[in-house]
Amino acid sequence: MPAEISKEGNFIKPKTFRRTRIIPGFSISLGITIFFVSVIVIIPLLALLMRPWENGFSGFIDTLFDKRVFAALKISFLCSLLAALVNLFVGVLIAWVLVRYDFPGKRLVDAFIDMPFALPTAVSGIALSAIYAPNGWVGSFFNNFGIKIAYSPIGIFIALVFIGLPFIVRSVQPVLSELEAEVEEAAETLGASPLQTFNHVILPAIMPALLSGFSLAFARGMGEYGSVIFIAGNIPYVSEIAPLLIVVKLEEYDYAGAASVGIGMLIISFAILFVLNLTQQYFAKKGL
Amino acid sequence: MRRKAAKRPEKLTDYTLIIFAFFWMALIIFLPLMSVLFNAFKGGLPKYLETFADPDAMDALKLTLLVTAIVLPLNIIFGIASAWAITRFEFVGKTILLSIIDLPFSLSPVISGLVWVLMFGAQGWFGEFLQAHDIDVIYALPGIVLATLLVTLPFVARELIPLMDDNGTDEEVAAVTLGASGWDVFFRITLPNIKWALLYGVLLCMARAMGEFGAVSVVSGHIRGLTNTLPLHIEVAYNEYNTIGAFGAATILVGLAFVTLAIKTILEWRYADELSAQHRH
Repeated sequence: MPAEISKEGNFIKPKTFRRTRIIPGFSISLGITIFFVSVIVIIPLLALLMRPWENGFSGFIDTLFDKRVFAALKISFLCSLLAALVNLFVGVLIAWVLVRYDFPGKRLVDAFIDMPFALPTAVSGIALSAIYAPNGWVGSFFNNFGIKIAYSPIGIFIALVFIGLPFIVRSVQPVLSELEAEVEEAAETLGASPLQTFNHVILPAIMPALLSGFSLAFARGMGEYGSVIFIAGNIPYVSEIAPLLIVVKLEEYDYAGAASVGIGMLIISFAILFVLNLTQQYFAKKGL
Repeated sequence: MRRKAAKRPEKLTDYTLIIFAFFWMALIIFLPLMSVLFNAFKGGLPKYLETFADPDAMDALKLTLLVTAIVLPLNIIFGIASAWAITRFEFVGKTILLSIIDLPFSLSPVISGLVWVLMFGAQGWFGEFLQAHDIDVIYALPGIVLATLLVTLPFVARELIPLMDDNGTDEEVAAVTLGASGWDVFFRITLPNIKWALLYGVLLCMARAMGEFGAVSVVSGHIRGLTNTLPLHIEVAYNEYNTIGAFGAATILVGLAFVTLAIKTILEWRYADELSAQHRH
């Protein structure tokens, strides 16, 4: 591409995008995009970011460390973490089964993995709560042993296990199916046990996908509302999740409080993302 | 490069793994679905059908369809425009734009509702102005539409951007060079190439728009017959111990989920090459 000469007569660097501007519609498509993104995402999020400070920074801190809010953030954090960990194991196992074995009903199982994505959260919420309530199909069984699932943190955990499963399976599945057969076979020929092959050959390969699936599942769990509130029972300090406290604060017209809880949730999500990124870099450095 | 082929189970460990997968899917996925059907038909078919005679439920269904009908075309316009801008041109800030488009995926639905209350609620940025001019946004249709838009914004764009990026611009450039107008290029070249991916995105967007609960719940105010969408109607009925009503209405949404998954699966089998790479099986 020849360099152009500007009006002043100096040579200016050719801009690469000049070439692609052959296709029309740049300003209109970018205009529509920026309009939507500004009106629907950026400005509303600015409203969120600017709200908590009306009682000063201490007002924000006071809200987050208010006993009830702090308890809710802690419950949300722990249940999401635990559910994402369980899904880490089960998700890899199911992805493995779907990629490596042929069995009747495989396509059906594969399609149904996405059910938690497709099913509206309110529907999953009432269905889970009906199953795990003390008189429900599963709940009555555990009730015999004095274990309460619905209306306790265990219920929140179960709902988040349901909602998080597809994130891990769908992250790991494509990577697993793209693995080269030779590497595994080499490990086997060299006398590695299946478990050794998995730990030293397969696990490192799927690790990045695993970590990103984990962080997606965790973030979803932190913010999940519909599938949780029915089964949780929403007892303050015991089974009240952070998103519900936003609703509670809004009902009290405490906008700054609601925005503070929202920002608290975002901070926790970003912190987890940050930690997982560091973990990923650590593994990458170790050459795994 | 050779990939390991799927095999029939042989050893005990193979069977154990497969059986565990089936057990888990049954417990976590199938049981809730069964529970919806069981509870909806607990009182027999006539009682179930009464759900559809309930005016509150029908108003909720109508509102849900109305919101979806408003949100879908807007999402299609945004999805196509953003994919066109991002994959056909170079400009500063593209990466940031991409992250912003993805952002709604990682927001809690409750936060996606909250932001609109902070903007248009009684004590929000524009609260006083709206009150002075007697315009209802929160606890009314516009709020529900805005909350649903925020939640669903990435769906169509996310399907189109990777695909149009893969397809490249050669065909379009050729058409322009031969004198085709912008609209001709779009309707005769781009659209035929992306139609299945567009349908895929629209499908996911529709399912989410009709099923959205958290974001809509925050802005709706749960006014019966006026601002209750179908998912909100389910909540109200359930909290009033109207089990059959709640689960009966839920069967509509379960049906929707099944249709969504079925079409999605068919698209992934039949038109895998014309979807973005992440959906090719």
